[in-house]
Amino acid sequence: MSERSDNNTSAFGLSKWYELFSRGARDWLRHDEKVRESVRQHLPQIIAGADVINHGARTVRVPVRMLEHYHFRLRRPEEAQGVGQGNAKPGDVLADPSRDQGSHDKGPGGRDEGEIQLLLEIKIDDIVDWLWEEMQLPNLKARIGPSEETDWIREGWDRRGARSRLDRRRSFKELVKRRGVPGSPQTFTDEDLRYRQLARRRQPAVHAVVFFLLDVSGSMSDRDRKLAKTFFFWVVQGLRRAYRSLETVFVAHTTEAWEFSENEFFQVTGTGGTVASTGLAKVREIIDQRFNPGRSNIYLFYASDGDNSVSDHAEARSLLESIARDACFSGYVEVSSGLSRHLATETGRLFSEIASEGLPVGSYVLNDYDDVWGAVRHFFTAENEAIGGTA
Amino acid sequence: MSGGSWQDYVKRLEELATSEGLRFHPVDFEAVPDSFMMEIAVYGLPVRMPHWSFGVRYIYQLIQRHMGHSRLFEVVFPGNPGHAYLSESNGLAENVLVTAHVLGHADFSRNNLLFRRCQEQVSEHIVEHAASHARQIQQAIELYGMHRVETVLDAALALEQHIDIDLPLRRERYPEYLEEPKPPVDDDFRRRFAALDPVSADTGTETRRRAPVPPHPERDLLWFIANYAPEMESWERDIFLAVREESFYFYPVFATQIMNEGWASYWHARLLREADFIPQQAYVDAIKCHSDVVRPIAADQQIALSINPYHLGFSMWEKIIEDQGLEAARRIMELDDDFSFVRNYLTRDLAEELGLFRFSVRGNGQIKVLEHDLPALHESLLAPKYNFGAPTVRATHVRVDGTLELEHDHETDGRGLDIERSRKVLEYIQRVWRRPVLLRTVDQNGSGLELTAS
Repeated sequence: MSERSDNNTSAFGLSKWYELFSRGARDWLRHDEKVRESVRQHLPQIIAGADVINHGARTVRVPVRMLEHYHFRLRRPEEAQGVGQGNAKPGDVLADPSRDQGSHDKGPGGRDEGEIQLLLEIKIDDIVDWLWEEMQLPNLKARIGPSEETDWIREGWDRRGARSRLDRRRSFKELVKRRGVPGSPQTFTDEDLRYRQLARRRQPAVHAVVFFLLDVSGSMSDRDRKLAKTFFFWVVQGLRRAYRSLETVFVAHTTEAWEFSENEFFQVTGTGGTVASTGLAKVREIIDQRFNPGRSNIYLFYASDGDNSVSDHAEARSLLESIARDACFSGYVEVSSGLSRHLATETGRLFSEIASEGLPVGSYVLNDYDDVWGAVRHFFTAENEAIGGTA
Repeated sequence: MSGGSWQDYVKRLEELATSEGLRFHPVDFEAVPDSFMMEIAVYGLPVRMPHWSFGVRYIYQLIQRHMGHSRLFEVVFPGNPGHAYLSESNGLAENVLVTAHVLGHADFSRNNLLFRRCQEQVSEHIVEHAASHARQIQQAIELYGMHRVETVLDAALALEQHIDIDLPLRRERYPEYLEEPKPPVDDDFRRRFAALDPVSADTGTETRRRAPVPPHPERDLLWFIANYAPEMESWERDIFLAVREESFYFYPVFATQIMNEGWASYWHARLLREADFIPQQAYVDAIKCHSDVVRPIAADQQIALSINPYHLGFSMWEKIIEDQGLEAARRIMELDDDFSFVRNYLTRDLAEELGLFRFSVRGNGQIKVLEHDLPALHESLLAPKYNFGAPTVRATHVRVDGTLELEHDHETDGRGLDIERSRKVLEYIQRVWRRPVLLRTVDQNGSGLELTAS
């Protein structure tokens, strides 16, 4: 760099200041942040998208447009005029839409910049955080065990401590720092040693199991199952916040019931009728075999179109009642895309009967992806009230 | 550094330019990385206030560059001294050409009336001013938070074209009271009349009437809001005024683009021709570079649907100097802006020679070449430049409750505003005006339309 230019840059107090950072990149990051903010405001629509649930995915991809900084502009004219240059005679047609589709958006002067789509990758954890904030959902309270439990975690350093908690790396850093002072000893002294300290930290309650029971009878359409799946996904995400260890059990039923792995579960299709009691019996059986209701926080979420056979009522009712007594919460989502019957179904009645006994159960109708949101809100607030009432 | 040997030519080119009659303030030349060139192009100034909208432009620029569409050789800022930034990736020949080009710009910006007037008002140190605005805004962010500062910048930058270039940068507030009626002539009749009823005779002087705000439709929206917003804080006003000052700087650049680029191109070509100290090879390379820059149509095309201002301006200046001589050309350079320049000197012959034509673009994408019509051609070229390229929107009234009324002059502009965008701009304004904001324009059928944000 020449002398002249050095004088020049000194006006800004730095030499070659522009190499230190990129202002364009800084403002681009701010734009990115704003996009994320606006995505956040439209979360309900986004999480409702069916392709949100990628198996084991920790992020979702959301296509967004670049933000526009608005100015006053004239309305787009019916017919715009421009000036060109080259070998053209009056009357020539330079671009004919019937032959050339591409040039449509290129107004005179090329004022229309090509629309650029961004693919934003958002952490599911972040979304769940936003959800809780946005919906002001109460954090779940566990029924079993302390709602919060204290745990020891590492936090900071001390000069004294047990040998086993000596932090060698940290101690070495201290040594290096001290050596910088002239005249100080070059080897380790007791002053340099640092021990890890432990602190008590409150952790959410320990263990929970959530049962997802899905009606896969012939009357459940593909879309119904996807709706249920989306809903289940966010339920898991929500519960994970409250419990350090969360087990999931997937049960599907028609006139029989089977337990599935998560993977298979969402691909199951069945035929034939609906006997809800078979599914509930399977849940009951698994609880009895594997979980001690006195030790686990149990959740049940049941998705069905509600067409249970009437003859099954008594059986289903007694099973649901017994599960509801052991569970923190049992929720029913009625997925009936197309016709909304507002829970006036066999299964809907079943749950409202149990609810009237004061047991912690709730129902919600899921007609559309937009409803997933409401369902999550509904259940998580209802659950909290139910538990809050008994606690 | 690649530019090392080019530096040797700077002084000699300056001397040559002076002997050719160019009069310019000294210019500080600096070779900078391409990434920085790109940022200058995005921000319009080397250091400018932060705003997310620049980030969007930055990405578009990056993409353009990746597609090989644009390459910047130089950016020059008028002032005393001027600042010229040259791309480090320029070769020797390119740098020689660019240096000559920059001297043409420096001559233009020192002598053109519009530039001179704006520089007198903004100062000859816009680069430093903009850097201090950026600092000031950075401090505001630290004090008041990103969100609040951004709210102000969203509004101020959305209105950056809405200034009144015909009035001074530093304006007085409107008079608070209407002008008092002239005292009646002190004659015999008056005295006798006053003697009849002393009370009624001097009521006229007691009631000073408050002047309405604004007293006339105001098109400097940045100034108006900064001065009359009911509840703006002083740091927010400062941001508005900082943006406005930069707009005053940008206006001459915008309004003389064809002349200015043409003038610089004419001079780089002429200085190169006369610079016998440049090695033969560098000269040939530079001339090739020149013909790339002033080429009207991309090499692989027959027809361009836009005008290269370098080419148009260059051709017009060549013609003017050929027909009227350098003295006359210098006078035109001093007095005109693009509006008068194009209307007066883009003649029928020249338009024909250059193969300029008007075309129309229909909604369905059909592009059709229109009949030759010189005045219409002028207007089509100039239409995007009127009113700083923005629709004419004026503040007309502030209601008792503080509601700001804006009016779009749709008759001048020929059609109504884009409604969705206008709504958004009103929202920006409303957040700093802090009272309802209302805008009148017309819809596509030409009937009145009122948009509000509250």
